[in-house]
Amino acid sequence: MSVARFSLLLTLAIVAAAALSLIAGKVWVPFDAWRATDPRWLIIAELRLPRTVLAIIIGAALGLSGAAMQGYLRNPLADPGLFGVSAGAALGAVLSLYFGFAVSALVLPAFALAGAAGTMLILALLAGRSGSLIVFALAGVIVSSVAGSLTALAISVAPTPFAVSEIVTWLMGALTDRSWDDVKIALPLVALGGVMIAATARSLDALTLGEAAARSMGVDPARLQWLIVGGVGLCIGASVAAAGIIGFVGLMVPHMVRRVVGGRPSATLLPSALGGALLLLLADIACRAIPTVSELRLGIAMALLGGPFFLWLLASMRRTLA
Amino acid sequence: MTGLTANGLTVRFGGRAVLDRVDVACSPGKVTALLGPNGAGKSTLLACLAGLRAPDDGTATLDGTGILALDRRERGRRIGLLPQTPDVHWDIDVATLVELGRFPHRAGWGRSPADAVAVERAIAATDIAALRDRVVTTLSGGERSRVLLARVLAGEPAWLLADEPLASLDPAHQLDVLAVLKAAASAGAGVVVVLHDLNHALHVADDVVLLRDGRVVAAGPVEAVLTEARIAETYGVATEIGTARDGSRFVVALGRIG
Repeated sequence: MSVARFSLLLTLAIVAAAALSLIAGKVWVPFDAWRATDPRWLIIAELRLPRTVLAIIIGAALGLSGAAMQGYLRNPLADPGLFGVSAGAALGAVLSLYFGFAVSALVLPAFALAGAAGTMLILALLAGRSGSLIVFALAGVIVSSVAGSLTALAISVAPTPFAVSEIVTWLMGALTDRSWDDVKIALPLVALGGVMIAATARSLDALTLGEAAARSMGVDPARLQWLIVGGVGLCIGASVAAAGIIGFVGLMVPHMVRRVVGGRPSATLLPSALGGALLLLLADIACRAIPTVSELRLGIAMALLGGPFFLWLLASMRRTLA
Repeated sequence: MTGLTANGLTVRFGGRAVLDRVDVACSPGKVTALLGPNGAGKSTLLACLAGLRAPDDGTATLDGTGILALDRRERGRRIGLLPQTPDVHWDIDVATLVELGRFPHRAGWGRSPADAVAVERAIAATDIAALRDRVVTTLSGGERSRVLLARVLAGEPAWLLADEPLASLDPAHQLDVLAVLKAAASAGAGVVVVLHDLNHALHVADDVVLLRDGRVVAAGPVEAVLTEARIAETYGVATEIGTARDGSRFVVALGRIG
Protein backbone atom coordinates (compact mmCIF):
# COMPACT_ATOMS: atom_id res chain seq x y z
CA MET A 1 0.00 0.00 0.00
CA SER A 2 1.25 3.50 -0.74
CA VAL A 3 2.33 5.75 2.13
CA ALA A 4 -0.33 8.37 1.31
CA ARG A 5 -3.17 5.84 1.22
CA PHE A 6 -2.07 4.12 4.44
CA SER A 7 -1.65 7.49 6.17
CA LEU A 8 -5.16 8.52 5.13
CA LEU A 9 -6.58 5.26 6.51
CA LEU A 10 -4.74 5.74 9.79
CA THR A 11 -5.97 9.34 10.03
CA LEU A 12 -9.58 8.22 9.57
CA ALA A 13 -9.05 5.56 12.24
CA ILE A 14 -7.62 8.19 14.60
CA VAL A 15 -10.70 10.40 14.09
CA ALA A 16 -12.98 7.46 14.89
CA ALA A 17 -10.91 6.44 17.91
CA ALA A 18 -10.83 10.04 19.15
CA ALA A 19 -14.64 10.18 19.05
CA LEU A 20 -14.79 6.92 21.01
CA SER A 21 -12.22 8.31 23.45
CA LEU A 22 -14.53 11.26 24.19
CA ILE A 23 -17.47 8.95 24.81
CA ALA A 24 -15.80 6.15 26.77
CA GLY A 25 -14.92 6.06 30.45
CA LYS A 26 -16.42 5.57 33.90
CA VAL A 27 -19.16 7.98 32.80
CA TRP A 28 -20.28 7.33 29.24
CA VAL A 29 -21.07 10.53 27.37
CA PRO A 30 -23.09 9.72 24.23
CA PHE A 31 -23.26 12.07 21.24
CA ASP A 32 -26.60 13.56 22.32
CA ALA A 33 -24.90 15.03 25.39
CA TRP A 34 -22.35 16.93 23.29
CA ARG A 35 -23.91 20.33 23.98
CA ALA A 36 -22.47 23.11 26.07
CA THR A 37 -25.72 23.15 28.08
CA ASP A 38 -25.44 19.50 29.11
CA PRO A 39 -23.69 19.05 32.49
CA ARG A 40 -21.71 16.15 31.04
CA TRP A 41 -20.14 18.51 28.48
CA LEU A 42 -17.72 19.62 31.16
CA ILE A 43 -16.32 16.09 31.30
CA ILE A 44 -15.61 16.26 27.59
CA ALA A 45 -14.24 19.80 27.38
CA GLU A 46 -12.01 19.73 30.44
CA LEU A 47 -11.10 16.05 30.89
CA ARG A 48 -11.67 13.85 27.86
CA LEU A 49 -10.71 16.31 25.13
CA PRO A 50 -7.29 17.29 26.51
CA ARG A 51 -6.64 13.63 27.38
CA THR A 52 -7.53 12.57 23.86
CA VAL A 53 -5.43 15.28 22.24
CA LEU A 54 -2.52 14.41 24.52
CA ALA A 55 -2.79 10.71 23.64
CA ILE A 56 -2.55 11.64 19.96
CA ILE A 57 0.43 13.96 20.48
CA ILE A 58 2.37 11.57 22.70
CA GLY A 59 1.52 8.49 20.65
CA ALA A 60 2.72 10.29 17.52
CA ALA A 61 5.91 11.42 19.28
CA LEU A 62 6.69 7.89 20.49
CA GLY A 63 5.91 6.22 17.15
CA LEU A 64 7.92 8.77 15.18
CA SER A 65 10.88 8.59 17.55
CA GLY A 66 10.91 4.80 17.30
CA ALA A 67 10.87 4.86 13.50
CA ALA A 68 13.65 7.46 13.44
CA MET A 69 15.81 5.51 15.90
CA GLN A 70 15.36 2.25 14.04
CA GLY A 71 16.23 3.91 10.75
CA TYR A 72 19.25 5.62 12.24
CA LEU A 73 20.62 2.56 14.02
CA ARG A 74 19.45 0.28 11.20
CA ASN A 75 18.05 -2.06 13.79
CA PRO A 76 14.38 -3.09 14.04
CA LEU A 77 14.82 -3.64 17.79
CA ALA A 78 15.95 -0.07 18.51
CA ASP A 79 13.74 2.08 20.70
CA PRO A 80 14.16 5.49 22.37
CA GLY A 81 14.12 3.58 25.64
CA LEU A 82 17.28 1.68 24.67
CA PHE A 83 18.90 4.96 23.82
CA GLY A 84 18.71 6.36 27.34
CA VAL A 85 16.61 9.40 26.45
CA SER A 86 13.44 8.10 28.14
CA ALA A 87 15.43 7.10 31.21
CA GLY A 88 17.13 10.50 31.32
CA ALA A 89 13.84 12.34 30.99
CA ALA A 90 12.28 10.14 33.68
CA LEU A 91 15.21 10.78 36.02
CA GLY A 92 14.68 14.52 35.57
CA ALA A 93 10.97 14.17 36.26
CA VAL A 94 11.52 11.94 39.30
CA LEU A 95 14.08 14.36 40.76
CA SER A 96 11.53 17.16 40.53
CA LEU A 97 9.01 14.99 42.41
CA TYR A 98 11.64 13.89 44.91
CA PHE A 99 12.57 17.42 45.79
CA GLY A 100 8.92 18.31 45.98
CA PHE A 101 9.24 20.90 43.23
CA ALA A 102 6.22 19.59 41.41
CA VAL A 103 4.10 22.36 42.86
CA SER A 104 4.23 24.43 39.68
CA ALA A 105 2.99 22.88 36.43
CA LEU A 106 6.15 23.97 34.62
CA VAL A 107 8.80 22.57 36.96
CA LEU A 108 8.31 18.91 36.13
CA PRO A 109 8.37 19.32 32.32
CA ALA A 110 11.42 21.54 32.66
CA PHE A 111 13.18 18.83 34.68
CA ALA A 112 12.15 16.12 32.21
CA LEU A 113 13.41 18.13 29.26
CA ALA A 114 16.62 18.89 31.15
CA GLY A 115 17.00 15.15 31.76
CA ALA A 116 16.46 14.38 28.07
CA ALA A 117 18.76 17.21 27.02
CA GLY A 118 21.41 16.12 29.51
CA THR A 119 21.24 12.57 28.17
CA MET A 120 21.54 13.92 24.64
CA LEU A 121 24.53 16.03 25.58
CA ILE A 122 26.32 13.10 27.22
CA LEU A 123 25.62 10.95 24.17
CA ALA A 124 26.92 13.60 21.83
CA LEU A 125 30.08 14.11 23.90
CA LEU A 126 30.72 10.37 24.23
CA ALA A 127 30.09 9.59 20.58
CA GLY A 128 31.84 12.74 19.43
CA ARG A 129 31.50 14.05 15.92
CA SER A 130 32.50 10.79 14.31
CA GLY A 131 28.88 9.75 13.99
CA SER A 132 29.90 6.20 14.79
CA LEU A 133 26.79 4.13 15.37
CA ILE A 134 28.40 1.55 17.62
CA VAL A 135 29.81 4.10 20.05
CA PHE A 136 26.52 5.93 19.99
CA ALA A 137 24.41 2.86 20.76
CA LEU A 138 26.74 1.71 23.51
CA ALA A 139 26.76 5.18 25.03
CA GLY A 140 22.96 5.10 25.00
CA VAL A 141 22.81 1.77 26.79
CA ILE A 142 25.25 2.94 29.47
CA VAL A 143 23.52 6.28 30.01
CA SER A 144 20.19 4.47 30.21
CA SER A 145 21.38 2.11 32.90
CA VAL A 146 23.02 4.89 34.93
CA ALA A 147 19.85 6.99 34.74
CA GLY A 148 17.82 3.96 35.85
CA SER A 149 20.13 3.41 38.83
CA LEU A 150 19.93 7.07 39.86
CA THR A 151 16.15 6.89 39.64
CA ALA A 152 16.19 3.82 41.89
CA LEU A 153 18.50 5.70 44.27
CA ALA A 154 16.07 8.61 44.39
CA ILE A 155 13.27 6.20 45.28
CA SER A 156 15.27 4.36 47.95
CA VAL A 157 16.23 7.55 49.80
CA ALA A 158 12.92 9.34 49.35
CA PRO A 159 12.08 11.25 52.54
CA THR A 160 8.46 10.18 52.96
CA PRO A 161 6.26 7.26 51.90
CA PHE A 162 4.20 9.86 50.12
CA ALA A 163 7.16 10.84 47.92
CA VAL A 164 7.82 7.18 47.15
CA SER A 165 4.26 6.62 46.08
CA GLU A 166 4.29 9.75 43.95
CA ILE A 167 7.50 8.69 42.19
CA VAL A 168 6.31 5.14 41.58
CA THR A 169 2.99 6.40 40.27
CA TRP A 170 4.89 8.70 37.95
CA LEU A 171 7.08 5.94 36.60
CA MET A 172 4.06 3.86 35.67
CA GLY A 173 2.96 6.36 33.06
CA ALA A 174 -0.62 7.52 32.50
CA LEU A 175 -2.83 10.09 30.83
CA THR A 176 -5.24 10.34 33.75
CA ASP A 177 -6.34 13.84 34.79
CA ARG A 178 -4.25 15.68 32.24
CA SER A 179 -5.32 19.20 31.33
CA TRP A 180 -4.95 21.68 28.50
CA ASP A 181 -1.84 22.98 30.28
CA ASP A 182 -0.11 19.68 29.55
CA VAL A 183 -1.18 19.92 25.90
CA LYS A 184 0.18 23.46 25.66
CA ILE A 185 3.57 22.28 26.90
CA ALA A 186 3.80 19.06 24.90
CA LEU A 187 2.49 20.22 21.54
CA PRO A 188 5.16 22.79 20.52
CA LEU A 189 8.01 20.58 21.75
CA VAL A 190 6.78 17.52 19.88
CA ALA A 191 6.10 19.62 16.77
CA LEU A 192 9.66 20.95 16.77
CA GLY A 193 11.07 17.46 17.35
CA GLY A 194 8.91 16.16 14.51
CA VAL A 195 10.25 18.77 12.11
CA MET A 196 13.83 17.84 13.03
CA ILE A 197 13.15 14.15 12.47
CA ALA A 198 11.38 14.84 9.17
CA ALA A 199 14.54 16.62 7.99
CA THR A 200 16.48 13.36 8.37
CA ALA A 201 14.15 11.28 6.18
CA ARG A 202 16.25 11.04 3.03
CA SER A 203 19.51 10.60 4.90
CA LEU A 204 17.93 7.67 6.74
CA ASP A 205 17.08 6.14 3.35
CA ALA A 206 20.68 6.53 2.20
CA LEU A 207 21.84 4.87 5.43
CA THR A 208 20.08 1.69 4.28
CA LEU A 209 23.23 1.07 2.20
CA GLY A 210 25.53 1.37 5.19
CA GLU A 211 27.55 4.21 6.61
CA ALA A 212 30.30 4.32 3.96
CA ALA A 213 27.88 4.37 1.02
CA ALA A 214 25.70 6.99 2.69
CA ARG A 215 28.65 9.24 3.41
CA SER A 216 29.97 8.81 -0.12
CA MET A 217 26.61 10.04 -1.46
CA GLY A 218 26.80 13.21 0.61
CA VAL A 219 25.13 12.36 3.93
CA ASP A 220 26.64 14.44 6.73
CA PRO A 221 26.89 12.02 9.69
CA ALA A 222 27.38 14.74 12.31
CA ARG A 223 24.36 16.75 11.13
CA LEU A 224 22.25 13.60 10.97
CA GLN A 225 23.26 12.65 14.49
CA TRP A 226 22.38 16.06 15.90
CA LEU A 227 19.00 16.11 14.18
CA ILE A 228 18.17 12.62 15.44
CA VAL A 229 19.36 13.29 18.98
CA GLY A 230 17.59 16.66 19.09
CA GLY A 231 14.39 15.47 17.46
CA VAL A 232 14.09 12.30 19.52
CA GLY A 233 15.14 14.16 22.66
CA LEU A 234 12.40 16.78 22.24
CA CYS A 235 9.72 14.19 21.45
CA ILE A 236 10.65 11.87 24.31
CA GLY A 237 11.34 14.66 26.82
CA ALA A 238 7.93 16.20 26.16
CA SER A 239 6.19 12.80 26.27
CA VAL A 240 7.75 11.76 29.56
CA ALA A 241 6.98 15.20 31.02
CA ALA A 242 3.32 14.87 30.13
CA ALA A 243 2.67 11.20 30.82
CA GLY A 244 5.63 9.45 32.47
CA ILE A 245 7.28 6.44 30.86
CA ILE A 246 5.16 4.72 28.24
CA GLY A 247 7.31 2.13 26.55
CA PHE A 248 7.15 -0.12 23.52
CA VAL A 249 5.07 2.17 21.26
CA GLY A 250 8.22 3.16 19.38
CA LEU A 251 9.20 -0.48 19.06
CA MET A 252 5.89 -2.00 17.97
CA VAL A 253 4.43 0.59 15.63
CA PRO A 254 7.28 0.97 13.09
CA HIS A 255 7.50 -2.80 12.90
CA MET A 256 3.82 -3.12 11.97
CA VAL A 257 4.02 -0.14 9.61
CA ARG A 258 6.92 -1.72 7.73
CA ARG A 259 4.74 -4.69 6.81
CA VAL A 260 2.40 -2.37 4.98
CA VAL A 261 4.61 0.28 3.35
CA GLY A 262 7.90 -1.64 3.03
CA GLY A 263 11.27 -1.10 4.62
CA ARG A 264 12.34 2.29 3.25
CA PRO A 265 12.94 4.33 6.45
CA SER A 266 11.47 7.60 5.14
CA ALA A 267 8.26 5.79 4.20
CA THR A 268 7.83 4.59 7.78
CA LEU A 269 8.04 8.00 9.50
CA LEU A 270 4.58 9.51 8.91
CA PRO A 271 2.65 6.22 9.23
CA SER A 272 4.57 5.43 12.44
CA ALA A 273 3.57 8.78 13.93
CA LEU A 274 -0.07 8.19 12.99
CA GLY A 275 0.04 4.56 14.06
CA GLY A 276 1.56 5.53 17.41
CA ALA A 277 -1.24 8.04 17.96
CA LEU A 278 -3.86 5.41 17.12
CA LEU A 279 -2.29 2.73 19.32
CA LEU A 280 -2.02 5.01 22.35
CA LEU A 281 -5.59 6.29 21.87
CA LEU A 282 -6.96 2.74 21.74
CA ALA A 283 -4.85 1.60 24.69
CA ASP A 284 -6.00 4.58 26.74
CA ILE A 285 -9.64 3.89 25.88
CA ALA A 286 -9.16 0.27 26.92
CA CYS A 287 -7.58 1.36 30.22
CA ARG A 288 -10.66 3.44 30.98
CA ALA A 289 -13.23 0.99 29.70
CA ILE A 290 -11.91 -2.22 31.26
CA PRO A 291 -13.60 -2.51 34.65
CA THR A 292 -10.88 -2.81 37.30
CA VAL A 293 -10.82 -1.60 40.90
CA SER A 294 -8.77 1.43 39.94
CA GLU A 295 -8.01 2.51 36.39
CA LEU A 296 -5.36 0.41 34.63
CA ARG A 297 -2.18 2.46 34.11
CA LEU A 298 -1.39 3.17 30.48
CA GLY A 299 2.34 2.57 30.90
CA ILE A 300 1.64 -0.84 32.44
CA ALA A 301 -0.86 -1.70 29.72
CA MET A 302 1.66 -0.87 27.00
CA ALA A 303 4.36 -2.91 28.73
CA LEU A 304 1.97 -5.88 28.98
CA LEU A 305 1.33 -5.56 25.25
CA GLY A 306 4.88 -4.68 24.27
CA GLY A 307 6.83 -7.21 26.31
CA PRO A 308 5.38 -10.29 24.61
CA PHE A 309 5.58 -8.48 21.26
CA PHE A 310 9.30 -7.85 21.77
CA LEU A 311 9.90 -11.49 22.69
CA TRP A 312 7.93 -12.64 19.65
CA LEU A 313 9.99 -10.28 17.49
CA LEU A 314 13.23 -11.67 18.95
CA ALA A 315 12.05 -15.25 18.43
CA SER A 316 11.05 -14.63 14.82
CA MET A 317 14.36 -12.90 14.13
CA ARG A 318 16.22 -15.82 15.63
CA ARG A 319 14.40 -18.10 13.24
CA THR A 320 15.45 -15.92 10.32
CA LEU A 321 19.04 -15.81 11.49
CA ALA A 322 19.31 -19.52 12.19
CA MET B 1 45.04 19.23 -14.00
CA THR B 2 42.32 16.65 -14.65
CA GLY B 3 41.92 13.31 -12.98
CA LEU B 4 41.73 11.84 -9.52
CA THR B 5 45.06 12.08 -7.77
CA ALA B 6 46.80 11.43 -4.50
CA ASN B 7 49.73 13.66 -3.68
CA GLY B 8 52.06 12.62 -0.89
CA LEU B 9 49.14 10.94 0.89
CA THR B 10 50.03 9.73 4.39
CA VAL B 11 47.68 8.00 6.81
CA ARG B 12 48.77 6.74 10.23
CA PHE B 13 47.04 4.31 12.56
CA GLY B 14 48.53 4.52 16.04
CA GLY B 15 51.89 5.69 14.81
CA ARG B 16 52.14 3.12 12.01
CA ALA B 17 51.93 4.56 8.50
CA VAL B 18 49.22 2.71 6.57
CA LEU B 19 49.90 4.97 3.62
CA ASP B 20 53.33 6.53 3.32
CA ARG B 21 53.67 9.48 0.92
CA VAL B 22 51.59 7.86 -1.79
CA ASP B 23 51.39 9.54 -5.20
CA VAL B 24 48.77 8.22 -7.59
CA ALA B 25 47.21 9.69 -10.74
CA CYS B 26 44.06 8.11 -12.18
CA SER B 27 42.77 9.17 -15.59
CA PRO B 28 39.19 9.48 -16.81
CA GLY B 29 38.12 6.89 -19.38
CA LYS B 30 40.45 4.29 -17.89
CA VAL B 31 40.22 1.45 -15.40
CA THR B 32 42.88 1.84 -12.71
CA ALA B 33 43.40 -1.22 -10.51
CA LEU B 34 44.80 -0.87 -6.99
CA LEU B 35 46.74 -4.04 -6.22
CA GLY B 36 48.85 -5.30 -3.37
CA PRO B 37 48.96 -7.84 -0.56
CA ASN B 38 46.59 -7.71 2.42
CA GLY B 39 47.34 -4.67 4.56
CA ALA B 40 49.10 -2.81 1.74
CA GLY B 41 46.76 0.17 2.16
CA LYS B 42 44.53 -0.30 -0.90
CA SER B 43 41.20 0.26 0.85
CA THR B 44 42.58 3.18 2.85
CA LEU B 45 43.80 4.78 -0.36
CA LEU B 46 40.39 4.28 -1.96
CA ALA B 47 38.67 5.81 1.09
CA CYS B 48 40.93 8.87 0.81
CA LEU B 49 40.19 9.19 -2.91
CA ALA B 50 36.45 8.95 -2.12
CA GLY B 51 36.74 11.70 0.48
CA LEU B 52 35.68 9.42 3.35
CA ARG B 53 38.96 9.67 5.20
CA ALA B 54 41.08 12.72 5.89
CA PRO B 55 44.77 11.92 5.39
CA ASP B 56 47.27 12.90 8.07
CA ASP B 57 49.41 14.45 5.38
CA GLY B 58 49.17 15.15 1.68
CA THR B 59 46.02 15.67 -0.38
CA ALA B 60 43.66 13.86 -2.68
CA THR B 61 42.39 16.04 -5.51
CA LEU B 62 39.71 15.82 -8.17
CA ASP B 63 40.49 17.86 -11.29
CA GLY B 64 42.84 20.02 -9.26
CA THR B 65 40.46 20.67 -6.31
CA GLY B 66 40.99 19.07 -2.90
CA ILE B 67 38.47 16.26 -2.39
CA LEU B 68 37.69 17.38 1.14
CA ALA B 69 37.14 20.96 -0.03
CA LEU B 70 34.29 19.84 -2.29
CA ASP B 71 30.72 20.21 -1.09
CA ARG B 72 29.48 16.79 0.14
CA ARG B 73 26.69 16.55 -2.41
CA GLU B 74 28.87 17.68 -5.27
CA ARG B 75 31.46 15.11 -4.29
CA GLY B 76 28.66 12.53 -4.18
CA ARG B 77 27.57 13.49 -7.69
CA ARG B 78 31.09 13.28 -9.11
CA ILE B 79 32.45 10.26 -7.24
CA GLY B 80 30.41 7.10 -6.80
CA LEU B 81 31.66 4.56 -4.26
CA LEU B 82 30.84 0.88 -4.06
CA PRO B 83 31.98 -0.09 -0.55
CA GLN B 84 33.43 -3.45 0.31
CA THR B 85 30.58 -4.59 2.55
CA PRO B 86 27.39 -5.16 0.56
CA ASP B 87 25.10 -3.74 3.25
CA VAL B 88 21.36 -3.57 2.70
CA HIS B 89 19.68 -3.06 6.04
CA TRP B 90 15.98 -3.07 5.22
CA ASP B 91 13.75 -5.17 3.02
CA ILE B 92 13.39 -2.82 0.06
CA ASP B 93 12.80 -3.70 -3.57
CA VAL B 94 15.48 -3.48 -6.25
CA ALA B 95 14.05 -0.41 -8.01
CA THR B 96 13.88 1.52 -4.72
CA LEU B 97 17.45 0.60 -3.88
CA VAL B 98 18.81 1.67 -7.27
CA GLU B 99 16.95 4.95 -6.91
CA LEU B 100 18.85 5.66 -3.68
CA GLY B 101 21.81 6.33 -5.96
CA ARG B 102 20.09 9.56 -7.00
CA PHE B 103 20.51 10.93 -3.47
CA PRO B 104 23.25 13.46 -4.35
CA HIS B 105 21.15 14.85 -7.21
CA ARG B 106 17.93 15.39 -5.31
CA ALA B 107 17.28 18.45 -3.22
CA GLY B 108 13.65 17.97 -2.25
CA TRP B 109 11.12 15.17 -2.26
CA GLY B 110 10.28 15.25 -5.95
CA ARG B 111 11.61 12.85 -8.51
CA SER B 112 12.75 14.48 -11.75
CA PRO B 113 12.59 12.92 -15.22
CA ALA B 114 16.40 12.88 -15.14
CA ASP B 115 16.23 10.65 -12.04
CA ALA B 116 13.96 8.17 -13.80
CA VAL B 117 16.16 8.11 -16.91
CA ALA B 118 19.34 7.53 -14.90
CA VAL B 119 17.73 4.73 -12.87
CA GLU B 120 16.49 2.97 -16.02
CA ARG B 121 19.89 3.33 -17.66
CA ALA B 122 21.61 1.83 -14.61
CA ILE B 123 19.14 -1.05 -14.51
CA ALA B 124 19.76 -1.73 -18.20
CA ALA B 125 23.55 -1.46 -17.89
CA THR B 126 23.64 -4.07 -15.13
CA ASP B 127 20.97 -6.29 -16.71
CA ILE B 128 18.72 -6.43 -13.64
CA ALA B 129 15.38 -5.44 -15.19
CA ALA B 130 13.97 -8.87 -14.34
CA LEU B 131 14.80 -8.34 -10.67
CA ARG B 132 13.15 -4.90 -10.44
CA ASP B 133 10.36 -5.85 -8.03
CA ARG B 134 12.28 -8.39 -5.98
CA VAL B 135 13.19 -7.62 -2.38
CA VAL B 136 16.95 -7.09 -2.24
CA THR B 137 17.52 -9.27 0.82
CA THR B 138 16.11 -12.28 -1.08
CA LEU B 139 18.61 -12.02 -3.96
CA SER B 140 21.64 -14.25 -4.45
CA GLY B 141 25.10 -12.79 -3.90
CA GLY B 142 25.67 -12.39 -7.63
CA GLU B 143 22.35 -10.65 -8.19
CA ARG B 144 22.87 -8.41 -5.22
CA SER B 145 26.31 -7.30 -6.40
CA ARG B 146 24.85 -6.18 -9.74
CA VAL B 147 22.02 -4.33 -7.99
CA LEU B 148 24.46 -2.50 -5.73
CA LEU B 149 26.58 -1.61 -8.74
CA ALA B 150 23.43 -0.26 -10.45
CA ARG B 151 22.89 1.98 -7.42
CA VAL B 152 26.30 3.57 -7.99
CA LEU B 153 25.73 3.93 -11.75
CA ALA B 154 22.34 5.59 -11.13
CA GLY B 155 24.22 8.53 -9.61
CA GLU B 156 25.93 9.02 -13.00
CA PRO B 157 29.28 9.71 -11.35
CA ALA B 158 32.25 10.82 -13.42
CA TRP B 159 34.33 8.56 -11.16
CA LEU B 160 33.45 5.07 -10.06
CA LEU B 161 35.37 3.70 -7.09
CA ALA B 162 34.88 0.06 -6.11
CA ASP B 163 36.44 -1.77 -3.17
CA GLU B 164 36.88 -5.47 -3.97
CA PRO B 165 33.65 -5.74 -5.94
CA LEU B 166 34.38 -9.36 -6.94
CA ALA B 167 34.76 -10.85 -3.48
CA SER B 168 32.63 -13.98 -3.01
CA LEU B 169 31.32 -14.00 -6.58
CA ASP B 170 31.52 -16.99 -8.91
CA PRO B 171 33.52 -16.58 -12.16
CA ALA B 172 30.48 -15.77 -14.31
CA HIS B 173 29.32 -13.01 -11.99
CA GLN B 174 32.88 -11.73 -11.67
CA LEU B 175 33.00 -11.33 -15.44
CA ASP B 176 29.61 -9.57 -15.39
CA VAL B 177 30.83 -7.00 -12.87
CA LEU B 178 34.13 -6.49 -14.69
CA ALA B 179 32.24 -5.94 -17.96
CA VAL B 180 30.09 -3.23 -16.34
CA LEU B 181 33.22 -1.49 -14.99
CA LYS B 182 34.91 -1.70 -18.37
CA ALA B 183 31.81 -0.31 -20.09
CA ALA B 184 31.66 2.60 -17.66
CA ALA B 185 35.27 3.48 -18.48
CA SER B 186 34.59 3.18 -22.21
CA ALA B 187 31.72 5.63 -21.72
CA GLY B 188 34.21 8.14 -20.29
CA ALA B 189 34.08 7.53 -16.54
CA GLY B 190 37.22 7.08 -14.51
CA VAL B 191 37.14 3.71 -12.75
CA VAL B 192 39.32 2.92 -9.74
CA VAL B 193 38.98 -0.59 -8.39
CA VAL B 194 40.65 -2.55 -5.60
CA LEU B 195 41.36 -6.10 -6.81
CA HIS B 196 42.93 -9.19 -5.29
CA ASP B 197 43.14 -11.47 -8.29
CA LEU B 198 45.93 -10.43 -10.65
CA ASN B 199 44.14 -12.13 -13.56
CA HIS B 200 41.22 -9.77 -13.06
CA ALA B 201 43.64 -6.86 -13.26
CA LEU B 202 45.12 -8.24 -16.47
CA HIS B 203 41.59 -8.68 -17.78
CA VAL B 204 40.12 -5.28 -16.98
CA ALA B 205 42.76 -2.71 -16.04
CA ASP B 206 44.36 -0.09 -18.22
CA ASP B 207 46.57 1.19 -15.43
CA VAL B 208 47.78 -0.49 -12.27
CA VAL B 209 49.01 0.83 -8.94
CA LEU B 210 51.03 -1.76 -7.01
CA LEU B 211 51.12 -1.08 -3.27
CA ARG B 212 53.12 -2.70 -0.53
CA ASP B 213 53.33 -1.67 3.13
CA GLY B 214 51.67 1.64 2.35
CA ARG B 215 54.05 2.59 -0.43
CA VAL B 216 53.73 2.57 -4.18
CA VAL B 217 55.97 -0.14 -5.64
CA ALA B 218 55.10 0.69 -9.22
CA ALA B 219 52.39 2.47 -11.17
CA GLY B 220 51.57 2.74 -14.86
CA PRO B 221 50.10 0.77 -17.76
CA VAL B 222 49.19 -2.78 -16.77
CA GLU B 223 51.57 -4.52 -19.17
CA ALA B 224 54.50 -2.45 -17.97
CA VAL B 225 53.78 -2.80 -14.24
CA LEU B 226 52.57 -6.38 -13.88
CA THR B 227 55.76 -8.28 -14.57
CA GLU B 228 56.93 -11.51 -12.95
CA ALA B 229 59.71 -9.59 -11.20
CA ARG B 230 57.41 -6.92 -9.77
CA ILE B 231 54.88 -9.48 -8.60
CA ALA B 232 57.66 -11.40 -6.85
CA GLU B 233 58.87 -8.21 -5.19
CA THR B 234 55.37 -7.13 -4.08
CA TYR B 235 53.68 -10.38 -3.10
CA GLY B 236 56.64 -12.68 -2.46
CA VAL B 237 55.19 -15.15 -4.95
CA ALA B 238 56.87 -16.67 -8.01
CA THR B 239 54.61 -16.48 -11.03
CA GLU B 240 54.55 -17.11 -14.73
CA ILE B 241 52.73 -14.76 -17.06
CA GLY B 242 51.46 -16.32 -20.27
CA THR B 243 49.31 -15.50 -23.26
CA ALA B 244 45.99 -17.22 -23.91
CA ARG B 245 44.66 -18.35 -27.28
CA ASP B 246 42.68 -15.10 -27.66
CA GLY B 247 45.80 -13.02 -27.04
CA SER B 248 44.89 -11.97 -23.49
CA ARG B 249 47.45 -12.44 -20.75
CA PHE B 250 47.13 -14.53 -17.62
CA VAL B 251 49.21 -15.17 -14.56
CA VAL B 252 49.80 -18.43 -12.72
CA ALA B 253 51.22 -18.60 -9.20
CA LEU B 254 54.07 -21.12 -8.92
CA GLY B 255 54.90 -20.84 -5.24
CA ARG B 256 56.07 -18.64 -2.40
CA ILE B 257 59.54 -17.17 -2.56
CA GLY B 258 61.75 -17.72 0.45
